[in-house]
Amino acid sequence: MFRVHQFYCEIQGFMDSKAHPPADTNTKSITGADIVIRCLNEEKVKFVFGYPGGAVLHIYDAIYKQKGFKHILVRHEQAAVHAADAFSRATGEVGVALVTSGPGATNAVTGIATAYMDSIPLVVISGQVPVPAIGMDAFQEVDMVGVTRPCVKHNFLVKDVKDIASTIKKAFYIAKTGRPGPVVVDIPKDITAHVADFIYPKTVEMRSYSPVLKGHSGQIKKAVKLLLEAKRPMIYTGGGLVLGDGAAELIKLARALNYPVTNTLMGLGGYPATDKQYVGMLGMHGTYEANMSMQNCDVLLAVGARFDDRVIGNPKHFGSVKRTIIHIDVDPSSISKRVKVDVPIVGHVQSVLAEMNEILAQEKTKNDISDWWTQINEWRKVHGGRYEQSSVVIKPQYVIEKLWEVTKGDAYITSDVGQHQMWAAQYYKFDKPRRWINSGGLGTMGVGLPYAMGCQFADKNAQVACVTGEGSIQMNIQELSTCAQYGLPIKVILLNNRYLGMVRQWQEFFYEDRYSESYMDSLPDFVKLAESYGHVGMQITQPGDVEGALKEAFAKKDKFVFMDFITEQKENVFPMVENGKGLSEMELPKTKGGKA
Amino acid sequence: MKHIISLLMENEAGALSRVAGLFSARGYNIESLTVAATEDPTLSRMTIVTTGSDDVIEQIIKQLNKLIDVVKVLDLNDGKHIERELMLVKVKASGVYKDEMKRMCDIFRGRIIDVADNSYTIELTGSCSKLDAFIEAIDKTAILETVRTGASGIGRGDRILKV
Ligand SMILES: Cc1cc2nc3c(=O)[nH]c(=O)nc-3n(C[C@H](O)[C@H](O)[C@H](O)COP(=O)(O)OP(=O)(O)OC[C@H]3O[C@@H](n4cnc5c(N)ncnc54)[C@H](O)[C@@H]3O)c2cc1C
Ligand SMILES: Cc1ncc(C[n+]2csc(CCOP(=O)(O)OP(=O)(O)O)c2C)c(N)n1
Ligand SMILES: [Mg+2]
Repeated sequence: MFRVHQFYCEIQGFMDSKAHPPADTNTKSITGADIVIRCLNEEKVKFVFGYPGGAVLHIYDAIYKQKGFKHILVRHEQAAVHAADAFSRATGEVGVALVTSGPGATNAVTGIATAYMDSIPLVVISGQVPVPAIGMDAFQEVDMVGVTRPCVKHNFLVKDVKDIASTIKKAFYIAKTGRPGPVVVDIPKDITAHVADFIYPKTVEMRSYSPVLKGHSGQIKKAVKLLLEAKRPMIYTGGGLVLGDGAAELIKLARALNYPVTNTLMGLGGYPATDKQYVGMLGMHGTYEANMSMQNCDVLLAVGARFDDRVIGNPKHFGSVKRTIIHIDVDPSSISKRVKVDVPIVGHVQSVLAEMNEILAQEKTKNDISDWWTQINEWRKVHGGRYEQSSVVIKPQYVIEKLWEVTKGDAYITSDVGQHQMWAAQYYKFDKPRRWINSGGLGTMGVGLPYAMGCQFADKNAQVACVTGEGSIQMNIQELSTCAQYGLPIKVILLNNRYLGMVRQWQEFFYEDRYSESYMDSLPDFVKLAESYGHVGMQITQPGDVEGALKEAFAKKDKFVFMDFITEQKENVFPMVENGKGLSEMELPKTKGGKA
Repeated sequence: MKHIISLLMENEAGALSRVAGLFSARGYNIESLTVAATEDPTLSRMTIVTTGSDDVIEQIIKQLNKLIDVVKVLDLNDGKHIERELMLVKVKASGVYKDEMKRMCDIFRGRIIDVADNSYTIELTGSCSKLDAFIEAIDKTAILETVRTGASGIGRGDRILKV
């Protein structure tokens, strides 16, 4: 244990040091491996999450000799990419992962696809077999560029040591500009042994890639005019607002207008959840009031959100109401993809919203929408996030409510995928962006724990909690070991319902309770499991113990605590917009009066 | 509706598979696809013939523009354009077919480029529909083999696709 603690201190020391250690200044004839390191230093990378293997041995040797960044050794390459991804979500910086060829590379693919679906900027460096061996079915060869093509923003195979620096420069540039996304750089082993002079380009010029930043001023003026004329306006923001760090401008705009705001699952924290203008998350498991407002508004301002099928329900039903849609998005292909848009504005959320605020500042008259607010407040009473409390069995929603209280709403909350994810999204009130870290687009079970690692590295003093299910946590459970090695004081909040709950819910609703393979036998004793890694384990079975246990766990500031909450087995997530149904056709809990 | 999309892209390994992969991954039709380097060897010019509703074509153009290797995209159907395809057809040329094939070839302004004991190979260029019409016009049972290049397209007059 002592060693573990010492290690964490070392990491802390590393994270505290403001100035990077003096970089090696020799630029003449260095190896490809050293060039890789130097590029990462030039990009001011703080952490590289990775796992070694034959094809990247030269690079690992160069890592051994450098001090510019800290390498974090995970227990599975998928977790390396997830951790890098969460580091990026939490900080806004580009996440970096390093894996070997073949199985190392394919293990990384789920992580890459997860980041791709949520537009997260990553650079993933994979080893490749030596250039002459490519295409020979060499040991641990896989066509990484081919395998990842559909799930990256771009990828490169570097075939000459002289191209390493310019390729990595481009990779970072492409990953973080425009609509962000993961970029893979595949580097054959022999290239990392060859030598070249190190020249890091200052800028990137690409005739084929120039993302638009500023929105069209005419369109922006038109949008403001439409907003001011609205009778039933609605602001709908998504992951793009968080990714583009536009929350401050959005708050300014929404407050000036006094219009209701809803966030997508990816957009939570983009607008403060405790604010009175906030109507909650929308979509399949959105609040009654958010979905009703979205469906019935007459002018909709969509900001960095992509009208996902889990957000608008049945597109035909959504389109059956006439409304004017203004859509701000940096990616033209997100606009008018699923829903026809009236006023498209291609640009970066920050600059477009700032321009809208400037125009609004000149505006004297206020648009009075008190009738619309009266209606929304009526809708607020219909479900209002109620669930049936119990004195004998722990309700999952209750755990999240208490988690919010105990952490004072200021923790990084990561989640896995399933019912627990929805409850975390519904009951933890996120007031800041980049605090809610989850997989929305791909819905990847297993992200929770590595995501928590990424967050803890991003902010060593922060409270980090991983809300998970007993199914999901077992998909990357091996990372308990990584957490021990680096002494990460993460708190795991396991909502243990002994079911693949989200699957079971669908089977209850749509397959007449035929619970086909959604129950798992032989769960481990999570307390003992945690303890075996040197962590603290707790099991909580009584509702009355929930708050005390959470306080006790979060008081252990330098300990990893695994909290196994034995919860209600068959609790369902409500409201729910069933597949094919319209947004306003939500299913509400039966006890609360059935269908809306 | 049928659209001819022209694009310029970096002449790099894998660029073609990015375009082909995009079409298959998103379920877009490809009727034909042709590609070759331009007078500037760093650029390739591609012509894709596809079909789809206006919404689908709009998405195709946006998605193509999104590919990092793609420099410029043009929907030739947005203006006046010329389309040409080359076809080689090997047909039976014995007995009654001998004169018949020669005659059809002349009508369609094709050329016989190879003559064997029992067959002709006819070369024909024109719009895709002209080539279709030729195939329709001759006796199906006489066709031994066909090869088509897929269409190449270019804008008329001042419509120029260049970097
Ligand atoms: C079990 C489960 C249930 C779910 N239920 C729901 C639900 O009830 N409600 C819900 O909302 N989601 C739900 N989801 C998530 C859903 O699948 C989508 O991932 C999510 O809705 C997409 O969020 P988004 O529209 O904000 O888009 P994102 O995927 O976050 O996309 C961001 C958009 O912003 C753009 N953008 C990026 N950067 C910028 C910038 N700087 N400037 C301008 N634009 C930018 C991008 O081009 C993109 O169009 C669920 C997922 C799971 C796994
Ligand atoms: C890798 C992966 N496999 C399968 C699924 C399908 N899936 C979605 S939710 C879910 C159940 C999750 O169970 P658990 O982690 O216990 O969470 P709960 O829903 O019970 O809260 C499954 C299997 C998925 N999202 N990801
Ligand atoms: Mg479960």
